[in-house]
Amino acid sequence: MTGILTAGAAAAGAPTLTVPVLELENLSVSYADRHRRHRRVIHDVSLSIAPGEVVALVGESGSGKSTTAQAVIGLLAGNGRIDGGSIRLNGTDIAGWSQKRLETIRGAKISLIPQDPTSSLNPVATVGSQVEEVLRLHTKLPKAERRQRVLELLERVGIPDPGRRARQYAHELSGGMKQRVLIAAAIALQPQLIIADEATSALDVTVQRRILDLIDDLRAESGTAVLFVTHDLGVAADRADRTVVLQGGRIQEQGPTYEVLARPTSPYTRQLIADAPSITGAPSVAAGEARPLPDAGRDNAVEVRNLVQEFAAGRNLPAFRAVDGVTFSVPRGTTHAIVGESGSGKTTTARALAGFQRPSGGHIIICGQDLSALDAKGLRLFRKHVQLVYQNPFTSLDPRQTIARIIEEPLLNFDAVPRQRRDAAVRDLLARVSLPESLLAKHPRELSGGQRQRVAIARALVLNPEVLILDEAVSALDVTVQSQILALLEELQRELDLSYVFITHDLAVVRQIADTVSVMSNGRQVEQGTVSEVFLNPQHSYTRELIDAIPGNRKAQP
Amino acid sequence: MSHVTLTAAPETPGAPDTAAPETQAPDEAAVPRRPRISRLQPGLVLSWLVLGLVALWTIAPGFFTSHSATSGTARDKLLPPGDGHLLGTDELGRDLYSRIVHGSINSVTGALVAVAVGLVVGTLLGLVAGSLGGVTDAVMMRIVDVLLSIPGLLLSLSIIIILGFGTVNAAIAVGVGSVASFARLARAEVLRVRRSDFVEAAFGSGGTFVAVLRRHILPNSAGSVLALLALQFGAAILAISTLGFLGYGAPPPTPEWGLLIAEGRNYVATSWWLTTYPGLVVVAVVLSANRISHSIRKVQP
Amino acid sequence: MRRHLFSRVGQAALVLWAAFTVAFILLQALPGDALLIKYQNPDMGLSPREIEDIRASYGADTPLFLQYVQSLGGFLTGNLGYSVQAGVPVVDQLAANVPSTLALAGLGFLAAVILAAAIAFLSSLAPFSWLRDALQALPSLFISVPVFWLGIVLIQVFSFQLKLIPVINPPEALGLVLPVATLAIPVSAPLTQVLIRSIDDVRTQPFVAVARARGGSNAWVLSHHVARNAVLPAITIAGVLLGELIGGAVVTETVFGRNGIGQLTQEAVNSQDAAVLQAVVVLAAAAFVLVNLAVDLLYPVLDPRLKRKAGALT
Repeated sequence: MTGILTAGAAAAGAPTLTVPVLELENLSVSYADRHRRHRRVIHDVSLSIAPGEVVALVGESGSGKSTTAQAVIGLLAGNGRIDGGSIRLNGTDIAGWSQKRLETIRGAKISLIPQDPTSSLNPVATVGSQVEEVLRLHTKLPKAERRQRVLELLERVGIPDPGRRARQYAHELSGGMKQRVLIAAAIALQPQLIIADEATSALDVTVQRRILDLIDDLRAESGTAVLFVTHDLGVAADRADRTVVLQGGRIQEQGPTYEVLARPTSPYTRQLIADAPSITGAPSVAAGEARPLPDAGRDNAVEVRNLVQEFAAGRNLPAFRAVDGVTFSVPRGTTHAIVGESGSGKTTTARALAGFQRPSGGHIIICGQDLSALDAKGLRLFRKHVQLVYQNPFTSLDPRQTIARIIEEPLLNFDAVPRQRRDAAVRDLLARVSLPESLLAKHPRELSGGQRQRVAIARALVLNPEVLILDEAVSALDVTVQSQILALLEELQRELDLSYVFITHDLAVVRQIADTVSVMSNGRQVEQGTVSEVFLNPQHSYTRELIDAIPGNRKAQP
Repeated sequence: MSHVTLTAAPETPGAPDTAAPETQAPDEAAVPRRPRISRLQPGLVLSWLVLGLVALWTIAPGFFTSHSATSGTARDKLLPPGDGHLLGTDELGRDLYSRIVHGSINSVTGALVAVAVGLVVGTLLGLVAGSLGGVTDAVMMRIVDVLLSIPGLLLSLSIIIILGFGTVNAAIAVGVGSVASFARLARAEVLRVRRSDFVEAAFGSGGTFVAVLRRHILPNSAGSVLALLALQFGAAILAISTLGFLGYGAPPPTPEWGLLIAEGRNYVATSWWLTTYPGLVVVAVVLSANRISHSIRKVQP
Repeated sequence: MRRHLFSRVGQAALVLWAAFTVAFILLQALPGDALLIKYQNPDMGLSPREIEDIRASYGADTPLFLQYVQSLGGFLTGNLGYSVQAGVPVVDQLAANVPSTLALAGLGFLAAVILAAAIAFLSSLAPFSWLRDALQALPSLFISVPVFWLGIVLIQVFSFQLKLIPVINPPEALGLVLPVATLAIPVSAPLTQVLIRSIDDVRTQPFVAVARARGGSNAWVLSHHVARNAVLPAITIAGVLLGELIGGAVVTETVFGRNGIGQLTQEAVNSQDAAVLQAVVVLAAAAFVLVNLAVDLLYPVLDPRLKRKAGALT
């Protein structure tokens, strides 16, 4: 008898020897709607995290990944409740614990690195006091020792001059610095589990990379387990030992990250991997399979020469130069991408191209017309030729108009078009962007994000423009939706011979859609060329840093 | 005087202008639905009923009461609520219910005049200031600041000194007092809507200023203005009754809610109904207007 | 920083000057003549000639612009003109009446703040949703009640029904209870509404959830994080509250028959005594401007986010 038991335990393998830090078993969560009916959003989720292990919980919006994290930490929204299953922390089921009891482990045993560092810090308290808060809540250290410990923690997370920084407020720190402060608070009591809930999604890629490196270091140092909640398969590929794919509140797949990526078993995971530009784009570029180069002989749809854009900074201050000497051209029918991080001047460039700002210097020539030579009326008439698509489809459509009215509106601004022709144009465009005609009478709030962005594209196309400026037009969308919109844009470009200027922070997307690219940093254009030139042989150190920072580059290895 | 604005949003140097991290609202997985209006809210229904009843009193007071509002018999003076006189009678034997019903003519039309003055003048000021911007905006908003710096009641009293006492004059005085609120709201709404992407997109597709104003800015600002309208209607009822109470509104024996309370005040020790009922009517009307204003604000998409 | 201070003070002075001008135009430049009302009264038995002389002695026949300059000069040097009706300097009248109004308004404001804070914070801690709803409905009720009626109802209940507070010659402190309550209840309403809304706003901020995730309890988070952030927007409506307070004080004094600015104002309106009303209006505007100036200068101290901006101007 004993022999069999021992054999059984051995056969089950090493993992059972250590108690998992966290073990979810058939966890189900539901939210009450306004009528107090409960709707289940998490269905029988089971997963476990071993000490020191990094597990990524990957999913798109609405997949339930954040809800799962909130359930673990006992902070579901007021209308949420755990319907069943267990949440075992070191073998103890905490699913039924009262808030009072949970408060003793939150921050001490499980801690959280939140999503948006800017809004996650109290704006009217010093950052030091917010790190200190954990110590005040969970330890009896005297004040002086707490202060000392705060400084050590800030130093540990790489904040220079911690004595000064501790006395500052959130708005005085950069985004990366703020996230470091939050990490300092999260590691203060050496918890067994850190939940990083989209902890780097709001940061620029280069900053994101440094923060992820820091979390890696801290984990290696203290053996803390980490649960990465992320929408970015690239982050999971780079950083996680194991990956759990969540969709619609159900686990689609879980396993070692390299296996999930290399041999996905569920169709959804396969789709997700196919759609993630950072995972799939890399090999094709490496193999020199970038988009075919544009025909040499074509004329330029857009020509930008030495564009300068300045803004008044204050009475006695020199003007602020947001864009400083940008030069590029876009041959007809091709896509030029402008890449940069926040504050690089890429959006300012886009707005100048769309005619919303008069350049302080240089020339913008679109379809042979110099924009700066146009007066207000001329500019209005010229808008037929160039249209802008916005990042956020939730704000770029008038909530009070129907979809038909939104798409048709630009036609009303020029020579009268008879009603029938307008209707026909709207229907034609709706078909082109693959939306059903049943949407015509609906309002934007009834559409999903992807559908709205299709409507925004249809509106931009109704005047038959030659040039489309796409300002982060896919950044707000989930990867699968993003990939569909990118495919649509490529199709429209072929059919309508459109020229695109594609503004983005996401180098991975550039590989997928652009022919040529400009890299911008602090208002300057640091590099320019065809996509394969820039990716394979980046000249500028900043470009190299950007390319290295793309999540998914490091590719999980067994 | 620059007012500290409620939106003291800090600059966020580190915030990206790019990635929109997904936010996970609990309901997000659900297909976006049209907000349900079908669910009846009893408080809101009651509010509409109250305002409807008062509107009917104003239009056809004779339909609701057969007693005279201005004459009574001394024999019937100071009768408590009961038979024959639903809410009792005053010191001259006049029927209180009848005086309240007829009083709505002065109070409600007064409030309507006041709100009309505020709406037309204020909204126009705000629209022009918000649309033109620059120096025009700065000058107009400083004028509004000056109007705001004088307490409403004192401003109304100053205007009454010039115009003289009376219902219409009191109404105009109250209306002038609300100009500043309408102007500020209209301007704020214009600026809010103007900054939105969809308005820029409308300009970007070749829209003229007038077309964009008509198609986007006005429809999207209307809700908030409407909500303020309801709120100011209630405030005007209050202000007019205050002026009536102080004796600057309709002259006796005209029934007016504030005046009714002022007259009943002399008998407060013995005849509680004379002050209590007119006061309750004012509270009910103002409360209803506020409730409706609140519901309009909530319906905004 | 000093330049910022000067610019704010300058702006305040400008608004005050504009308010003075508006009051002057409304009350002095436009028709309506207190002198005629008083002295044309047949009981006085004055000849037109004598009335002219009196008018000249009040300066009513000097050109308008000169009157304006004189009046402005007078205000700057503390000479607020003469009350036609009472025949004494307006300054003396104000000096006699301001203290009593100040006491009423000050106590009323204090009570309003306490009431508002109590309702707002209790409602956010209320364990039952019905209790929360009931507490949150209070300000809408308070704001809908006419001040004068509230005073009368309070007198009815506490003086006549319960006989707790004598109507005639109550002791000083006891006599203040009802007027202060009358004033405080409506004034507290907008404050409560702003507080409740900002508490709700702040509670949805991610930093509150993060503080909870550090192990802070509900009460801890409310007192350490929510309270200070929620109070900030409430401070910005101080000016609005002041207006309510002054209007409310005028009415409250009338209802309770207390001496003060309210009674002075009412007498001035009844006799079209423009000089008195002008002085009251300018005084109220000055108080408003000072309060807003104080808020503007104080705000950066309370909200560190604005400190740098304010400093950047220097």
